[in-house]
Amino acid sequence: MTFAEKILSVKSGVDRVQAGEIVEVEPDFIMSHDNTASIIKTFEEIGVKEVFNRDRVTVFLDHCVPAANEEHAKNHDDIRKFVREQKIENFFDISYGVCHQVFCEMGFAKPGELILGADSHTTTYGAFGCFSAGIGRSELAVILASGKMWLKVPSSVKIIVEGSFQKGVSAKDLILRIIGDIGSDGALYKSVEIHGDGLQNISMESRMVLTNMSAEAGAKNAYIPPDKTAVDWLVTKGVKDFNPIYPDDDAEYEKVLKYNLNKLVPLVACPDSVDNVKEVSEVEGTKIDQIVIGTCTNGRLEDLETAADILKDKKTAKDVRLLIFPASKEVYLESLKKGIIEILAEAGGIIMNPGCGPCLGAHQGILADGEVCLSTSNRNFKGRMGGSKSKIFLSSPAIAAASALTGKINYFL
Amino acid sequence: MIIKGKVWKYGDNVNTDVIYPGKYTYIRCSPEEMAGHALEVIDPDFSGSVAEGDVIAAGKNFGCGSSREQAAQCLKYAGISAVIGKSFARIFFRNAINNGLLVIESEEASENLSTGDEISIDTEEGTIKSGKMVFNFAPLPDFFSEIIECGGIIPYTRKRLKVNGI
Ligand code: SF4
Repeated sequence: MTFAEKILSVKSGVDRVQAGEIVEVEPDFIMSHDNTASIIKTFEEIGVKEVFNRDRVTVFLDHCVPAANEEHAKNHDDIRKFVREQKIENFFDISYGVCHQVFCEMGFAKPGELILGADSHTTTYGAFGCFSAGIGRSELAVILASGKMWLKVPSSVKIIVEGSFQKGVSAKDLILRIIGDIGSDGALYKSVEIHGDGLQNISMESRMVLTNMSAEAGAKNAYIPPDKTAVDWLVTKGVKDFNPIYPDDDAEYEKVLKYNLNKLVPLVACPDSVDNVKEVSEVEGTKIDQIVIGTCTNGRLEDLETAADILKDKKTAKDVRLLIFPASKEVYLESLKKGIIEILAEAGGIIMNPGCGPCLGAHQGILADGEVCLSTSNRNFKGRMGGSKSKIFLSSPAIAAASALTGKINYFL
Repeated sequence: MIIKGKVWKYGDNVNTDVIYPGKYTYIRCSPEEMAGHALEVIDPDFSGSVAEGDVIAAGKNFGCGSSREQAAQCLKYAGISAVIGKSFARIFFRNAINNGLLVIESEEASENLSTGDEISIDTEEGTIKSGKMVFNFAPLPDFFSEIIECGGIIPYTRKRLKVNGI
């Protein structure tokens, strides 16, 4: 059995399940964010008084924090009242940061757990060997009421990575390469398993980039077999008890793809689709108005560190706005202690509070029509960050930082 | 169930940001307001001229991108009774079923239907008819039909919890 078949058979109590089957599961954790406000309404409509198990519910405020207007403020207020009434302790108010980052930092993403979240990038937790998938708001409300949800067992795609990244190349380039190759529907409904010796050279933070962005190829979930790197990371977060699940050696995959990390070059996803992937050299010199370094894809310590290495003792171009969003308070504090924040601010970066920021176009750096943004986030759809005539390029933090120096898409030199 | 309406044809990879723009997702909108924003990025004429029962015929990967449920809801509120596509993004597929919006995978129908075609869909027979053209599709699993018949997963859950005496 593949990882997906194996874990879904364990979690549904069925001996052996196969891709295509529909099973009912009880998730170990559920996750929702600012959208909890609308989920609460649906939960109340169902008519159940108490959530199924308050210890398995996690709620984060991150998408529009602090509230940009009265409407958002009211949503946040409703959510705070709900978590108080329901005595939900795993509530992370606006100071903590982006849900996916904080969820992992808090040690909820444990190997062998089944996690469903009302957000498409819930796939992130697969970096720790979880089965984690995004679901809709009504579904989340249904779980709050009943503790159960239906899932279709996905077929699986195996990606094998070998070698190690060259200087200036990172996990973002690998995942952009994969999405560019297989297309934005290349892993539609599927479970993406990432294996191979190359994983030894990929940090936990970088693995989270891979599982996070698998969603952009349509994946239901993404999975990396937990190894020493993962276990060491979990131990630092105080997580000790877990039961990893590994696929069988004779598991059947729909597709097997191989990537040699040594051969990767820096890439960008060009407007308006994540699979519109080009080498940086092809778009070099494209004028940029705003650069965003952050989000649940690339707002972690190693990302800010990379940017600081490039921007140290230098200044950003006058006509470009560089916005930095540490993915969480923990990332913010660690970057502060390491002097990274100071370097970035001195270079001309604007340090924002941890959160999603302009990633979804709700606030903090919205684009006007005609503007061009280079972002380390995961989506570049038309109008996502503001005006429907604005454009978004996606890249690694290294390319984003290098481009901040000239105001044009540029190589890390 | 027999559905009759006219076709609105769109291409591949119609994502949820163009079906229901992100800027409205954290603002509470009434069903009428949501219907008004449906597909406004790629087809500003849609919400003004769509009629109850109309059907969308799209290409592959319809509803890709963000998990926002409003993408399925705004189409339903706008009057759309079914979406036909070559394939659907996973979360959109779930959201549609869970909101009682019929989704049909049919490569043939998706390729041959054009905007303005009058069509009728018979969900029990598993056929889509338009003029002389007939396309067959595999009926949905019972599990899904039950949810759609209940009008979505909320009424379905309510019924189920009541049955279980909670
Ligand atoms: S940072 Fe962007 S992609 Fe990540 S959870 Fe927030 S809005 Fe979604």
